[in-house]
Amino acid sequence: MNEILLHIIIALVVLIGAMSVSASLIWLERRLLGVWQDRYGPNRVGPFGLFQVMADMIKIFFKEDWIPPFADKPVFVLAPAIIVAATLIPYAVIPFSPGIVVANLNIGLLFFLAMASLSVYGIVLGGWSSRSKYPLLGSLRATAQLLSYEVFMGLSLMGVVMMAGSFSLEAIVEAQRGLWFCIPQFAGFVIFFIAGLAETHRLPFDLPEAESELISGFHTEYSGLKFGMFFVGEYLGVTFTSLMIATLFFGGWQGPLLPPIVWLPGKTLVFICLFILIRAALPRPRYDQLMSFAWKILLPLSLLNLLATAGVLLILRK
Amino acid sequence: MLSILRTLWGVFLHMFRSRETIQYPEQNILDPPRFRGRIILSLDPDGQERCVACYLCSAACPVDCIALQAAQDVNGRRYPEFFRINFSRCILCGFCEEACPTYAIQLTNDFEFSEYDRNNMVYEKEDLLISGPGKHPDYNFFRVAGVAVGVKGKGESENELPPVDVRSLLP
Ligand code: SF4
Ligand code: SF4
Repeated sequence: MNEILLHIIIALVVLIGAMSVSASLIWLERRLLGVWQDRYGPNRVGPFGLFQVMADMIKIFFKEDWIPPFADKPVFVLAPAIIVAATLIPYAVIPFSPGIVVANLNIGLLFFLAMASLSVYGIVLGGWSSRSKYPLLGSLRATAQLLSYEVFMGLSLMGVVMMAGSFSLEAIVEAQRGLWFCIPQFAGFVIFFIAGLAETHRLPFDLPEAESELISGFHTEYSGLKFGMFFVGEYLGVTFTSLMIATLFFGGWQGPLLPPIVWLPGKTLVFICLFILIRAALPRPRYDQLMSFAWKILLPLSLLNLLATAGVLLILRK
Repeated sequence: MLSILRTLWGVFLHMFRSRETIQYPEQNILDPPRFRGRIILSLDPDGQERCVACYLCSAACPVDCIALQAAQDVNGRRYPEFFRINFSRCILCGFCEEACPTYAIQLTNDFEFSEYDRNNMVYEKEDLLISGPGKHPDYNFFRVAGVAVGVKGKGESENELPPVDVRSLLP
């Protein structure tokens, strides 16, 4: 009985934590972009502009929630929910510290990859059900981009899986006790990072929403709270990808001195800031460059990495 | 690849630069002398209205926001009976100031004149008139040009010769 209660509490804390962190990322992102562009960013509402998040929330709650008459209503309403759900569910498999995990699946990594592919549906359906050209173009791009980057996102993680000998995230974190995987699996880390950027369609891989060409891409027709869901979904994805990088390549909750519950969020924050820095610094590539970069450079690289890891492991085991 | 990393590092270094933003309500913005803000009507050094109601500003105004009506006092000096600027239409372009032959209409540095009621943006002559000569302290139109309207007699303007006696044959 007590154990069930504990699990429910952990799940609730993770849920609320993930939602509120990704909401406050809006503030963090705007402040950091400001800092890197020599301005202040929002600093009026509350101390350091912290209440800006709340002001934004209130605004988005009271915005008119308009469904275009030509849209496919049920799917149109469902699409943002799919995105949020599909990015929220994999939080369950992250071990936040020893024993604190919502569901210790022994196929945690595969579960995450599956959920990452599912979130494509949110985008595709959102663009499709809007029944207008820019959302459709955006979602076409998103489909191609996410599918091709998913291929080697999985492949880049297989090196980690081989070294840890397990798909369970807890086992992977345990296996990094001596040496974090970012050193032997540096190529895997870089490839996973790039794939994660593309997977969350953040700049410079934000081709699906490319404001300068597609108005706002797949969520052009959305307004009010549904648009907010897409937004929160994106930030949930950023947080989750950072969490995954910290867990898979930087030792998860492991670290000296401080308790584990500090280490993982700390590492995650660093990667979130890196995501934002990349957004502040890099321009968006052309679409064909993006695709050929994926298939001609990153896919062979991740295969090579896989081969080399396997070879080295084979020699070491002998 | 290297250039990407260099870009990232360069952008990161901006963290330690000073901010460009001027925190406006607390911090004053720059005050350039030729700023084009709220419009005033000025008086000449003798304390009389400079405006001669020539309608040039009204004609020059691209959004037609100046309305006035000419009148004459006992000396035959023209002045505006009413002078109305609708600031909710004014685009602060400054054309009126350039058109004015008497330096009467001038734009100032003040730009903080928002109102809740749109009708309050319509300024009448009493609201526009100031008690001094504004940007051109020594200029009095009627001392350099114009007809005699009590400011000076015929031929008494600066750089003006006495009037020619048309009945005399002497050069
Ligand atoms: S500043 Fe321009 S718009 Fe305003 S009153 Fe003068 S001429 Fe008209
Ligand atoms: S303000 Fe100047 S331009 Fe306008 S009517 Fe008066 S004298 Fe003429």
